[in-house]
Amino acid sequence: MNHDQTSVMGRGALDVEVVDRQLTVPAATSSQFPAIGHGRQPANLNAVALSAWFGNRKVLERCSLDMKARHVTALIGPSGCGKSTFLRMLNRMHELVPGAKMAGRVELDGVDVYSGQIPATQARLRIGMVFQKPNPFPAMTISENVLAGLKLSGMSTPDREGLVELCLRRAGLWDEVKDRLDTGGQALSGGQQQRLCIARALAVQPQVLLMDEPCSALDPISTRVVEQTIRELCNDVTIVIVTHNMQQAARVSDNCAFFLVEVMGEPGRIVETAPTRKMFSDPDDPRTLDYVEGRFG
Amino acid sequence: MITDPTTEATVPRTEPLPVVATPAEADRPRPFSKLPEDVLREVVVAATAGLALAMGLRTVLHWQGLMSTAVVWYLAAMGFLIVLVRSSRGGLAATDRVVTTMIWSVGAIACGILIWLLGFIVVNGIGKISWSFFVDDLGDTSALNKGGGMRHALIGTIEQVGIATVISVPISVMTAVYLNEVKGRLSPLIRFIVDAMSGLPSVVAGLLIYSVWILTLKQGFSGFACSLSLVVLMLPTVTRTSEEILRTVPGHYREAALALGASRWRTVSRVVLPTARAGLLTAVILGIARATGETAPALLTAFGSSTTNVNPFSEPQANLPLTVYQLIRSGNKTQLERAYAGAFVLILLVLVAFALARIISTRSERRLGKR
Repeated sequence: MNHDQTSVMGRGALDVEVVDRQLTVPAATSSQFPAIGHGRQPANLNAVALSAWFGNRKVLERCSLDMKARHVTALIGPSGCGKSTFLRMLNRMHELVPGAKMAGRVELDGVDVYSGQIPATQARLRIGMVFQKPNPFPAMTISENVLAGLKLSGMSTPDREGLVELCLRRAGLWDEVKDRLDTGGQALSGGQQQRLCIARALAVQPQVLLMDEPCSALDPISTRVVEQTIRELCNDVTIVIVTHNMQQAARVSDNCAFFLVEVMGEPGRIVETAPTRKMFSDPDDPRTLDYVEGRFG
Repeated sequence: MITDPTTEATVPRTEPLPVVATPAEADRPRPFSKLPEDVLREVVVAATAGLALAMGLRTVLHWQGLMSTAVVWYLAAMGFLIVLVRSSRGGLAATDRVVTTMIWSVGAIACGILIWLLGFIVVNGIGKISWSFFVDDLGDTSALNKGGGMRHALIGTIEQVGIATVISVPISVMTAVYLNEVKGRLSPLIRFIVDAMSGLPSVVAGLLIYSVWILTLKQGFSGFACSLSLVVLMLPTVTRTSEEILRTVPGHYREAALALGASRWRTVSRVVLPTARAGLLTAVILGIARATGETAPALLTAFGSSTTNVNPFSEPQANLPLTVYQLIRSGNKTQLERAYAGAFVLILLVLVAFALARIISTRSERRLGKR
């Protein structure tokens, strides 16, 4: 794939490139998007004092984080520190695990998604999710997969083909699959499947998109494409991404939150929250610096 | 390369020749190496020695039964095989060889029995098969006359099994959904009841419908009464198989659907059930195959008839297994021939249903590029 690398932004300790793909995907501008659907704007998502338990084991304690609209927020930290649990609490997926409990609030533009003011299905519709493992539905074709969210949540669109094309373009997959939209999604490569899942998540026009290590099963080239997609999407949807890859966090995010289990057996906490540039050059907490520079156990 | 140290200084070290494929080596798929010949030889030797031992014991101990001789032959052959392979290639190879031989032979025995059974029915039944066998019934022919057919029984079987399928499949699949997707509080109880039902003898299912539907509610013998008893038999089979099939659908598809804002019912109906479609079809086929062959409940509920009754809701109706049973009981040669032909048609019917289901499920999978 050809990319026009139009801007290079230095970000502290790690020099990273932000690739602008406006030129390669001219048809998919953000202004076209609301014309098809409901014209939802990206939302501010605020987690307030979130705690989580599995059974009697507390895994997360009083984590507060502001995830601003039109920003990419990265959740970083070692394995088992509760990043994924935190992410799954944001769109009420946490409660699907038997024995799971939670405390605190998650506010979507000021409305607590746990308050009962909006049903859980509606909350999940507005806060979409992309999983670690690509999981296109095996009983559906590529275009059916893209439209699956509409079907599953009981929505409809006057222009199915247009929405399929738009979402696939925005996920950076259109050119690779436009000739085989009516074949199964399982025949695609892992990276393509993951982008199909991103397209599927975008089709219902969420205000927030949660991504749980979306690139951990992908090769470097697919990873790059997905990262570019994330950068392009962040004007239309608030993105929260969990990643183990420091370079990825530095490349795609505007803000970072560092999760850590400080003492073995204790729940995970947010140690530091900062703009990405500061996080990777001059963090307040020495443990953050140790982690982002790879000196951490 | 081993070189003589005294000449190493004077003779330059020659590079090994590069390995080059000759043009004669065609770029064709190469057959994998076959079973070494001595493997087969060992099995034959062991089998012969085992047979000799078994026959010897049979003579010495004056056995009457064929079965005991066969069992002794099999066990002795395995014993000889262990000794034979162990002496030449060691204990590990001997275990491997014996287990492999056992698996092959058990598979062969199972297939053999099935082929023998099918062959028996085909050989005895096919002679009577003609067009009139499918379009005539036994109403006008006496026991000794040639002619007549199975139309009445064929119609009865299709109607009774069809109605039973229409009633039992939705109930079974929904129960499986309750057990595996809803995981409600009653799941263990329902699973226990379903398991208990699957052990129910079919004649008891027939008796249940006979006492409730025919004696108490005074509904009379009919094809529908037979369908009801078949429902009782199909429910546990289809429910438990469907539950196992639903369990094979990976959880992350459910999560993906829920994360798209789907309700639990839509997750099941649009994602879980379509994903498990091929397996569910197999579950239904297993239930149909079981119901099609049931004789005892039909005897107590449909009662049987030698004339064609197209209406399954009133008057006694025949079906294939019941007709075959009644014909065999008569013991007359013409009737016996008809019975074999009827059994052949029964097998054919199940086979056609099975093939149809496979074709349908393969076609939908091909659309998605899985095959």
